[in-house]
Amino acid sequence: MRHLAIATGLLFATQAAAQDPVLTIYTYDSFNTEWGPGPVVEAAFEKECGCDLKFVTAGDGAALLSRIRLEGARTEADVVLGLDTALIAQAAETGLFAPSGVEAGYNLPITWRDETFVPFDWGYFAFVGLKDGPKPGSFEDLAAGDATVVIQDPRSSTPGLGLLMWVKEAYGDRAEQVWEGLADNIVTVTPGWSEAYGLFLEGEADLVLSYTTSPAYHLIAEEDDTKIALPFEEGHYLQVEVAGMLAGTDQPELARDFLQFITTDAFQSAIPETNWMYPAVTPDGGLPEGFDTLVQVDKPLLTAPEAAAGIRDAALEEWRRALSQ
Amino acid sequence: MAPRALAIGRGWPGRLAALCVAGFLLAPLGAVLWRAGGAGWPGAADWAAVRFTLVQAVLSAAISAALAVPVARALARRRFRLRGAYVALMGAPFILPVIVAVMGLVVVFGRGGWINDLLGLAGLGPVSIYGLHGVVLAHVFFNLPLAVRLILQGWQEIPGERFRLAAQLGAGPAEIRRLLEWPMLRRVLPGVCAVIFAICLTSFAVALTLGGGPRSTTVELAIYQAFRFEFDLGRAAMLSVIQFAMVTLAGLAALRLSRGEGFGTGFDRVVPRWDARGRWLRLADGAWLVVTGVFLLGPLAAVAWRGLPGLDAMPASVWTAARASLAVALGATGVTMGLTLAMALARRGWVELIGLAPLAASPLVLGSGLFLLLNPVANPASLALAVTMAVNVVMALPFALRIVGPAVAGVEADYGRLADSLAMRGAARLRWLVLPRIRRPLGFAAGLTAALSMGDLGVIALFADPERATLPLTIFRLIGAYRMEAAAGASLLLLALSFGLFALFDHGGRWRADT
Repeated sequence: MRHLAIATGLLFATQAAAQDPVLTIYTYDSFNTEWGPGPVVEAAFEKECGCDLKFVTAGDGAALLSRIRLEGARTEADVVLGLDTALIAQAAETGLFAPSGVEAGYNLPITWRDETFVPFDWGYFAFVGLKDGPKPGSFEDLAAGDATVVIQDPRSSTPGLGLLMWVKEAYGDRAEQVWEGLADNIVTVTPGWSEAYGLFLEGEADLVLSYTTSPAYHLIAEEDDTKIALPFEEGHYLQVEVAGMLAGTDQPELARDFLQFITTDAFQSAIPETNWMYPAVTPDGGLPEGFDTLVQVDKPLLTAPEAAAGIRDAALEEWRRALSQ
Repeated sequence: MAPRALAIGRGWPGRLAALCVAGFLLAPLGAVLWRAGGAGWPGAADWAAVRFTLVQAVLSAAISAALAVPVARALARRRFRLRGAYVALMGAPFILPVIVAVMGLVVVFGRGGWINDLLGLAGLGPVSIYGLHGVVLAHVFFNLPLAVRLILQGWQEIPGERFRLAAQLGAGPAEIRRLLEWPMLRRVLPGVCAVIFAICLTSFAVALTLGGGPRSTTVELAIYQAFRFEFDLGRAAMLSVIQFAMVTLAGLAALRLSRGEGFGTGFDRVVPRWDARGRWLRLADGAWLVVTGVFLLGPLAAVAWRGLPGLDAMPASVWTAARASLAVALGATGVTMGLTLAMALARRGWVELIGLAPLAASPLVLGSGLFLLLNPVANPASLALAVTMAVNVVMALPFALRIVGPAVAGVEADYGRLADSLAMRGAARLRWLVLPRIRRPLGFAAGLTAALSMGDLGVIALFADPERATLPLTIFRLIGAYRMEAAAGASLLLLALSFGLFALFDHGGRWRADT
C-alpha cells in the first residue's frame, strides 16, 4: 500500500513538474558546478517563478557563443549567461539576441548603456604573485626587472585576450614595444587559465595573469594570505560578464523575469564566494569579509565593444610578432 | 605478399567497420564545411603552425622510436624480477590526461623542479623545460613507452628457433643484430614512427604549455583560433583536412617502408636466448632500463605525491564521475576490440590507413561536426556519454589496430594455409587458431583502450552534461575553481583507475600466454 502511495506521489510530482514551463539557460561550465553559483541561483529563481530552470553548459564564454552560433535561430536556449565584454559585439552581430528591458542601479566601474545584455558580475585582470615575491608596479617595471610570469594565449583563453587588450588600451601604438620588453619575462604561454594558474602554484613563475579577486579565494576558502594581486599604474583591464535573452525564445516573459532576477540580492549575493568576482549590484549585506583587502583600482580600462574587434586582430598580430622573435 | 582473401567471412566485417570509421570522421568534417558554406584558405600564420607541427612531430617520433629500440632489446633478452611490472609500467605515462601529465613533468623538469634542485646542489644553473626541447621531451615521455611495447612485440614474434639456430651456428650479438633484429626492426619501426608522428601532430596543450610562446603554435591551436576567435568554420575545416593529409602521407610511407617478409613459423614457443651474455652488454641493457624507468616513473611519482593529500579533499561528485568514466571505458573497450579484430582480419592496406586516420582528427572540428549532425535530432547533453564512448572507440582504434594487426597478420601467414587445408573457417578459426595466438597483444590493446577512454577529455565539451561529467572533466572543473588540492587527488584517482584497468587487461593477456 505504501509503495502505491509513493508511486502516486511521484506521479503527481512529475506531472506538476511537467506542467511547469521550462526556462533553458546556457552557461559556461564552471558556473553550474556544485561549488559554483548555479545550484543557488536555480533554487532561488525556481522558488519565485513557478518554472523549471534548466542549465545547459558549454566550455567557457567563447565556447558558449560558438555553440549559439552553431545552433543559430533553432537554439533551445532562452537565456545565455556568461558572455563577457570581449564577446558582446560579436554576440550582438549575430542578431540572435533581444533587448532585455532591464534597468538597475549597477555598481560597475563604468556606466552601463547596453540595452541587450545585463551585467551579472565583473572583475579586473591582474598579475597575481606571492606576498614576499617580486612586485612590479607597471608593465614597464615588469619588463625592466627579471620577475618571471606565465600568461595565457589570447587565441584560446579569455584572460589571455584580456591581457592583449589591456596592453593595447594602456599603450596604444607602443604596445608591440612593451610586448618585446616582456618577452624575456614570459616563461610560457598556456592554452587556458587552469594550466597557467597550476604552473604558478607549482612555483614555475613569480607571477601569473589572473584576476584581482583571485587572492580572495585563497584568503577566504583556504585561509592563505600569501597570494596577492599587484596594482599596476596603467590601470587594470575590466571584464564584465553578461547575460542576454534570445530573440527566438518561446518563454520571453520568463526570460525577462530571469534577467531582472539577476540584478536582485538573491542572485548577486551568491556571486562573490562562488564565482569569485564582484557582484554587478552590491547586495544589501555588502561584500564578504576579505574582499576589502583586495587591490582597489582607480583607473578601469575597457575598449568599447564596437571598436574591440578591429583592434583585436591588429593587437594579436603585434603580440605574435613580438613574442615569436 | 599479396593480401589474401581470408576464410573468415572474406574479411567483409572489417571492411564494413573501416567504412563506418571513415564515415564517423568524414561526416562531421563535411557538416562543418557545409555549415561554413565552403572551405577557407589558411593564412601565413597557419602555414607557420603547419611547419612547427611537422618539425616537432617528426622529432618526437624519431627520438621516441630511436630510444625505444635499446630499451625494447634489453627487455627482450633479459629476465629479471619485476620484469612484468616494468613492462606494465610502459603503459602508464601514455594514458595520463594531458594536463595531469604536464603538471607531473613540470614538478620533475620545471624551473623549480626536482632536476633543477639537484643541479642547484651540484652548483649548476637551472635548465628551462620551455621551448621546442620541452615539447619533444613531453612527447617522448608520452610515446616512448608505447614505442617500447610495440617494438618489444616485434622481438617476441621472432620465433625462438631462430635464436637457437643462431646460437648453434655461433652467431654473436652483431650477427644476430644483422640477421634477425635488423630485419624485424625494418618491418616494425615505420609503423611505430607513423603512429607517434600522428599522435604528436594533433598535440595542443602540451605543445603550447611547454613550447614557451606563439613560436610553438600547432595546427590544432590554429583551428582553435579560427573557431573561437574568428568563428571561421571554413578555415577550421580546411586546417583539419591538412592534418588528415599529413597523417595519410605518413601512413602511406609507413606501409611502403614496412614491407618485408616475416620470419615464418616456428614451434610457437618462447626459447631462452644464448647471445648477449657478455658483461658489457648486460651492463648496457641494465643502464637503459634504469634510466628509462626513472625518466618515466619520476613524473608519475610526482602526480601520486601531489595527489595523496588531496584524496580526502575530493567532493562526492568525483566518485560519481569516476563511475561514469569507468562505464564509458569498459563499453569503449568492448566495442573497440570488436572493431579491431574485424579490421585486423580484413588485412587490407586501405583498411589499415583508415585505422590510422582518427589520430589526425581535430577534437574541436570532430566535436563541432558531431554537434551539428546530432543537435537537430536529439538533445546533445543526453548523448554526452554515448558520444564520449563513440569518440573514445574511434580514437583508441589506431593504437589497438597497430598492436593487434601485425600479430593477426603473423598468425595468418604462418598457419593460414594449414587452417585453409583443414577447412577451418569462421568462428572456429577465430577461436582455435587466431585468438589463442594473439592473446598477448589483444590484452595489451584492450588495456590501452580502457585506460585511454578513462583519460580522454577531447570532444565532450560541446556535449557536456552538468549532471554526468567524466572524471577528466571534473578534474578540469576543480582546477578552474582554484581547488588544486582536490584536483590533484582526483588526478591520482584517475591515474590509479586507468592504470588498474590497463594492468588488469594487459595482465590477463600475458597470463600464461607463453604457450
